Amino acid sequence: MKRLMIGNEAIARGAFEAGATVAAAYPGTPSTEIVSNFAGFEGVYAEWAPNEKVALEVGVGSSIGGARTLVAMKHVGVNVAADPLYTFAYTGVNGGLVLISADDPGMHSSQNEQDNRGYGRFAKIPVIEPADSQEAKDFTRMAFDISERFDTPVMLRITTRLAHSQTLVEEGEVQKPELKEYKKNPAKYVMLPGFARGRHVEVEKRMLKLKEFAEETDLNRIEWGEKNLGIITSGVVYQYVKEVLPDASILKLGLSNPLPEKLIESFASEVDRLLVVEELEPVIEEQIRALGIKVEGKELLSIVGEYSPEMLAACLAGETAGQSFSLESQIPARPPLMCPGCPHRGVFHTVKKMKLVVTGDIGCYTLGALPPLQGMDSCICMGASIGTALGMEKARGEEFAKKVVAVIGDSTFVHSGITPLIDIVYNQGKSTVIILDNDTTAMTGHQDHPATGLTIRKEPTRKLDIEALVRAIGIKNVRVVDPLNLKELETALAEELARNEASVIIAKRPCVLLEREAAQKRYYVDNELCTGCKLCIKIGCTGIYYLDEDKKAVINPNTCVSCGLCPQVCKFDAIKVVEG
Amino acid sequence: MDKGIKNILIVGVGGQGTLLTSRIIAQVAVQMSYDVKVSEVHGMAQRGGSVVSQVRYGEKVYSPIIKKGDADVILAFEKLEAARMLDYLKPGGMVIINNDRVDPLPVMSGKEKYPEDIAERIKGLVENTVIVDASKIAESCGNIKAANVVLLGVLSKAISLPEAEVEKAIQEMVPPRALDVNLAAFREGRKLFTV
Repeated sequence: MKRLMIGNEAIARGAFEAGATVAAAYPGTPSTEIVSNFAGFEGVYAEWAPNEKVALEVGVGSSIGGARTLVAMKHVGVNVAADPLYTFAYTGVNGGLVLISADDPGMHSSQNEQDNRGYGRFAKIPVIEPADSQEAKDFTRMAFDISERFDTPVMLRITTRLAHSQTLVEEGEVQKPELKEYKKNPAKYVMLPGFARGRHVEVEKRMLKLKEFAEETDLNRIEWGEKNLGIITSGVVYQYVKEVLPDASILKLGLSNPLPEKLIESFASEVDRLLVVEELEPVIEEQIRALGIKVEGKELLSIVGEYSPEMLAACLAGETAGQSFSLESQIPARPPLMCPGCPHRGVFHTVKKMKLVVTGDIGCYTLGALPPLQGMDSCICMGASIGTALGMEKARGEEFAKKVVAVIGDSTFVHSGITPLIDIVYNQGKSTVIILDNDTTAMTGHQDHPATGLTIRKEPTRKLDIEALVRAIGIKNVRVVDPLNLKELETALAEELARNEASVIIAKRPCVLLEREAAQKRYYVDNELCTGCKLCIKIGCTGIYYLDEDKKAVINPNTCVSCGLCPQVCKFDAIKVVEG
Repeated sequence: MDKGIKNILIVGVGGQGTLLTSRIIAQVAVQMSYDVKVSEVHGMAQRGGSVVSQVRYGEKVYSPIIKKGDADVILAFEKLEAARMLDYLKPGGMVIINNDRVDPLPVMSGKEKYPEDIAERIKGLVENTVIVDASKIAESCGNIKAANVVLLGVLSKAISLPEAEVEKAIQEMVPPRALDVNLAAFREGRKLFTV
């Protein structure tokens, strides 16, 4: 029977059906559920790696070792893993390896919207693009065969809308896993220049074979309709094309690198007008143009953001979006917020109060950049906060460094914050770093990591001791504080910033969304004492709001989790507590 | 164009349970042998921001997302979110609103006003508007968190989903310890919609 699955679950299923036995990933929206689902199958190994580079390297070893291997990451994760990827493209595989790149057009939960199909062309590996969950499962399974047949890692490129849409999937038979024989073969797997030169020749031969394969594979198909308009498309955008232009002829590319040039030429020759509909970069369009074929694309459709049926309807069918109902008034915006009781709130309240320059990082705490806390000056990529702080210090001097603090989460610190901290020690920086240790990878849905002491399957393992690690790196000034104890935190920050040496403050408190005991106390606002100054409102917590009619703050008992932060910011002692 | 396809937009605030509700509706459609697609929101927006999930079912569904002006029903867990997404509703479409208010940040901080009369204004604009005190009803059934299932009850009656099929889906997807409350809340919801 068919079953609804999000694209990510379908990919995990496809890998399992293909007999994959090893999977590695670092969590990142929209890719996270791929390997967390795979970990639910019996008889397979799955892991959260500290970062995407390590995940792919584990995958490389597993592949050379003979197992079919799944590696998954979000688009920017592939940047981290790019180093092994480019050279693994030279060595090729033993057991098939499929790398999932989950791109995020529209940046639902990302810092950029790079188009990772570009990696396929650059690394010279096949790129496969499914358009729904059934294809996600089936194409993943086929990708393992392609990987082994052509001796190459294969990229399966998906987007948020595929990753997180549920569509019906018919499950298939599970292939019995087969561990391929391992033979020492340095000419293939040791990429010394002498060996790598030979492998580059093999890569070019492989690309020619893949081009022939592209002409015949079922991954690419033509759906003939009226011949006045022919559309070439791939991925979930195919669904929007079918929706908006049901009568057009369509060449749907399941294998978008390398392109089936002859198939495209013959399709183009049959239609009056040729149009490429692809989200983000004109990857397909430019290659078709290079073939000397007249084609339209980005002059009609945006290079920016996520596509939608209504956007295609407007650009291609001349339909304006049917705005049947519209209220005239402005609707107040509802941006995402830190949760009530979130330990990060104490940190951002404090750095804002102290008017510090904050180099930030990737996680829930990036929300600290938004009003009303607005406590962040930069955020670039995973792990960037620490190197950025050092760079600011080197540019503007040590006095300026006394106002600069790097803020990074525990999972992000393990991902890529350790090496820049070594840089601070090595190059005698005076920077202050706050590690926000909430004992989880919160933003992506609470995955474990090396410092939680639990594996992907919640089995106990040796717990990374962040404090001991930081000391071992050579940081002499290390303090552990409770981020919801504002006095303690501010004192620690003031002292460490004033110091002429590097410091690390570990702000330690578990994420409020992790299982916790019900609060034993309740807070309320004493109306006699509340002056309506709104200081408590400026911490940006949904547990407390300002009632305009009374000119008083009010605690919302449905959302307040009694974390005790707002009483600490009240100057009039107006927020009272009742025990029990 | 979309003949025979039902488009349901489920809107609310991160953490209100829109995801489970959309999954139950989709499961019912699967049980009834329809083609079904659901689009969900994960990640950053879930942290207390506006969330939208979309369910489409019919003989053959392509896009997992609904065009503006094409939703048959907007099921809103919060009043302001109904207003925010109103331009997705098709002419003759229906809005089901939980008469509940969750203040967004600009209102909490006193910078902007919550439009108190928003549900009534929607009703003035959209003939088929149903306003439900889902949270209160859920509370009387034993748990305020079952408000989503009260709304599901209203919706299922309004779009003629068979009661037994929805109950079967609820039984499959709701944890056993919460089942009785959820079924009671669902049945109360069904009572609220009368033609």
